[in-house]
Amino acid sequence: MTAHPAVAAAVADAHRREWAFVLAATVRVTRDLDLAEECVQDAYARALGTWGSTGIPGRPGAWLTTVARRRGLDLLRRDATARRVLPLLVTDPALAPGTGLADDGPGACALIGPASSAGPASSAGPASSASSAGPASSAAASSASSARPAGTAEAQIPDDRLRLVFTCCHPTLSNDAQVALALRLLCGLSTAEVARAFLVSEKTMAARITRAKKKIAAARIPYRVPPVAELPERVDAVLTVVHLLYSTGYAAPAGDELMRTDLAERSLDLARMLHGLLAGDHEVTGLLALILLTDARRDARVDGAGRLVLLSEQDRARWDTAKIAEGAALVREALGTGPPGRFALMAAIAAVHDEAPSFADTDWAQIVGLYDVLMRRWPSPVVALNRAVAVGFADGPGAGLTDLDALAESPELAGYGYLSASRADFLRRLGRTDEARLAYQEALLLTENAAERAFLAARLDQLGP
Amino acid sequence: MTQYLILIYADEAAWAGATPDENAQLLKEHAEFGQRHESVIRGGNALQSAATATSIRPGPADGSTVTDGPFAETKEALGGYYLIEAADLDEALAVAKQVPTRFGGVEVRPVWDMT
Repeated sequence: MTAHPAVAAAVADAHRREWAFVLAATVRVTRDLDLAEECVQDAYARALGTWGSTGIPGRPGAWLTTVARRRGLDLLRRDATARRVLPLLVTDPALAPGTGLADDGPGACALIGPASSAGPASSAGPASSASSAGPASSAAASSASSARPAGTAEAQIPDDRLRLVFTCCHPTLSNDAQVALALRLLCGLSTAEVARAFLVSEKTMAARITRAKKKIAAARIPYRVPPVAELPERVDAVLTVVHLLYSTGYAAPAGDELMRTDLAERSLDLARMLHGLLAGDHEVTGLLALILLTDARRDARVDGAGRLVLLSEQDRARWDTAKIAEGAALVREALGTGPPGRFALMAAIAAVHDEAPSFADTDWAQIVGLYDVLMRRWPSPVVALNRAVAVGFADGPGAGLTDLDALAESPELAGYGYLSASRADFLRRLGRTDEARLAYQEALLLTENAAERAFLAARLDQLGP
Repeated sequence: MTQYLILIYADEAAWAGATPDENAQLLKEHAEFGQRHESVIRGGNALQSAATATSIRPGPADGSTVTDGPFAETKEALGGYYLIEAADLDEALAVAKQVPTRFGGVEVRPVWDMT
């Protein structure tokens, strides 16, 4: 049976908006990531079939959660022993199913921000109907049709997304695994889609995700929001994952297209979600601002033929003014109190670019100043490289080249194509053509991205023989 | 509760070069660590150097081959361990981070619960 287009659209929308909410609330019941994913997928499939006849529920996330949790409890009961290959996830003792799902444990309540679209952020009440072991949940076959938002019971579905976020981005998982889990568990991408996003085979990605899930279960990475004392460090790990996701989407390391728009959009979704959940955290605000202010230039970064267009040559009329306005307001908020964090500083730099009427009118001195603060807060060779490039525009290519050459010995930048490309540009502007040619050739060896390669080859051509 | 094995790896060459004072200090740090975490430590020992190790591999045929030396040759050798009990990995790591590791580091592994 084919779902009505309106139903299909509603399910797709709920998939994008509510996946993390539904999965997180279901994990609490199953305490097993694989089982929870299976139940959530099943709930979305049922929605396609059911919403056509019952109508689209007012709160799709609550409907989906109820169905998924009921299915989870049912499978757990039916198959109680066979599923114990891996230990259950560690949650706060009060959260074990059947003991009355008291809401978020110590350290969690204070953190949860304004209510999400899908439900109240926290509820002090007892178990929802879906999680009580009542007779209704044993009727698996009819559970989908009988699942209706039941008013008060539905209102008590807890928002467990932060638990899921902190589990996916646990510092004991590799970065590769964290990013893959974030796409899979928080954004609901299939393994095949995650594999495509990172240009690896589906088999490789499946193995990576399975290994990470096994570590979560066997090493007992807890399903909870860390205590306040550990929070800054743990939030930073989460933000690093989302930023890495955005960076991978912004300039794909390989492939035909300059940007992986899907990844950029997913990271924007995640940043928005985190901002909703941790609204008081200035670095979370800073990251959302950074992504908005950078993504605002997305359409202008490639021309009609898919060619890379540098910031200096971009048509600023094609920048997204709504994103710039939203991002700029968030930057001001992120810089509001206390010492600025790294994401707030990077966002501030992006804001200076976005608010400049033209490349020539960019306030380069302010950008260099912001990079100086960033270097003190977050010393890294890549920040130093970006600072050197800004110096090249503030004080001329000679000054920029001097700063770049000082970084050439930095082992972290060995094989980093943007160093060669930046040197090439300064050498070209200084008229040192032979050296520029060598630097472009070096940069060409260091990128697999087709759009970047085409850009560098064109510059090399313009230098003449 | 889950048990975790904290494996202590150390550069034996560096350790061998330690002065008696440094060794005494390391012992003292371990004693303090043991006292501080007495409630979660279920066992632990220091091992003699890898030079005292003997490895046994199956074969040829149904027999076994006995060789002098550790199972895997590495710069940093297993030098001791603690067995601890913790509610989750975060708790285990909080304890493991306090293990004195003057000449190397530690690896934390969950014990497979066979019950």
